[in-house]
Amino acid sequence: MIHPIPPGTRDVLPDEMRELRRLHLALIDVFESRGYGEVATPAIEYDEVLARGDGRTADSAYRFFDERGDLLALRSDMTVPIARLVASRYANAEPPLRLCYLANAFRAVRPQRGQMREFAQAGVELIGAPAPEGTAEVVEVLEAALDAASLNRAVIGLGDADLYRQLLAEFGIDGEARDAVLGRLAAHDLVGLEVELSELEGIGDDKVATCVALSQLRGGREVLDEARSLGGAAVERATARLGETFEALEARGVADRVQIDLGLLRDLGYYSGAILEVYDPAIGHVLGGGGRYDELLKRFGVDLPAAGFALYLERVHVAQTEEESRTGGDS
Amino acid sequence: MSVEVAGMGHTKSEGPLKLAVPRGALLGETLDALDAIGIDTSEVRGESRSLIFEGEEITLVTMRPSDVPTYVEAGAADVGITGKDVLLEQSDRVVYELLNLGFGRCRMVLAGRKGDERLGESQRRLGMMRIATKYPRTAERHFEQTGRQVEVIEVKGSVELAPLIGLADGIVDLVATGRTLEENDLEVREEILECTARFVANRVAHKLRAAEVDEMTAKLREAMPG
Repeated sequence: MIHPIPPGTRDVLPDEMRELRRLHLALIDVFESRGYGEVATPAIEYDEVLARGDGRTADSAYRFFDERGDLLALRSDMTVPIARLVASRYANAEPPLRLCYLANAFRAVRPQRGQMREFAQAGVELIGAPAPEGTAEVVEVLEAALDAASLNRAVIGLGDADLYRQLLAEFGIDGEARDAVLGRLAAHDLVGLEVELSELEGIGDDKVATCVALSQLRGGREVLDEARSLGGAAVERATARLGETFEALEARGVADRVQIDLGLLRDLGYYSGAILEVYDPAIGHVLGGGGRYDELLKRFGVDLPAAGFALYLERVHVAQTEEESRTGGDS
Repeated sequence: MSVEVAGMGHTKSEGPLKLAVPRGALLGETLDALDAIGIDTSEVRGESRSLIFEGEEITLVTMRPSDVPTYVEAGAADVGITGKDVLLEQSDRVVYELLNLGFGRCRMVLAGRKGDERLGESQRRLGMMRIATKYPRTAERHFEQTGRQVEVIEVKGSVELAPLIGLADGIVDLVATGRTLEENDLEVREEILECTARFVANRVAHKLRAAEVDEMTAKLREAMPG
């Protein structure tokens, strides 16, 4: 008899489980050895609590009522539950706090797109350590995690979540128009971006060109100078923040695999300042991401800066398998 | 050692950049554009029935235009060319739209039978129209944005058939010259949008093969009047 399971979910059988477990242990080892204590939180939370963290992610979550009629939701990541945990359990602890996790999260993505609705994330949260040092520490842990997974060719994209919000404010674009432009930027629809901007009143061609050119700047340190040459206060501030972070990374000797990317925009609503994405040449999907969310803890009543990252465990495993077969082929 | 994990993202080998090339109506102008930027397309133009054409700097992979976003999103192809109509219909696929290539111009329209008032009639008496289309999401979005309720019926083949034998009151379809509509006694009632070919990239390839992707975009921008 074949009994179905919901779309976007799957069973894990012993061969794969053994490898996933090894990867899991290797990652947690890296986190623990750097002082990040592992925590677990419930897979279900009150919808209200998750929405406090990020209203937009809560939209796509699985929701249901319990026997008391309270609205529950499956978590869509671990950052918001950990923000809740820190506010409730460690409100008076001496910062910084270092926490890590390996947990399943749930998103109602459309099936048949190569994305699972239930997936495992491994990550860390560094709470109470401001930029740029806090960010640099998180990147250092991320690199150690990628090394532990033998993803030596993986690249970390480093961008700035506030750049376009501030740039558009400087251009005098706000409200719906701003959201529309940010939407195009997040989707990286350059054709639409140009059309959207050109249709706005009082936006000269030079501003449109600046915005489009910025979103294409990615590479080493030199892109900061290229960005600065485009001018403007928002660009100046963002490149200054990125420059400081990059210097902190260089001081730790972990800047080599970091690609500065002024086109980076993450679609979660709680990011501010530095944002991260992880790529490996072996697979076409993003392996994970993170960044700073200095305003998130405040929504839970604790005013602490914070940063973190999460890797998609299954994708890291696929990339690892690919890299192994690749190096196996060379020898 | 290798474990098959369903749906975890296709793997992508290195080597030449892989470009997804649309077969069908866009093929000719796509190949012209590639010729213009110095990519050899003679093999694709030949009699070969191959789907993959390997070159030194670039590998051309030919496929249906509607499959291009699928391959590019997964990273099985690094970059691709396809119509805006396809991108709009599959707007939830994450591909970076880098350039409007300007060719393959056609219009997405609402069409009905000539001299037949069924579209307006249905709207008035039943409060909604039945619309047959190969682009259900684009059609739904259009009617939603213009505040009308419709029943969208997805068909795969000749959509012109639907209003002729009473499956639907009208159709939403792509027209280039309008000849097919004419031959089937249909006429354009509303223009929804104009579509052209676009150059798209996989999001990881856009980061990790930035120099190659940027160079190709720049060359195409120069070669295409826009």
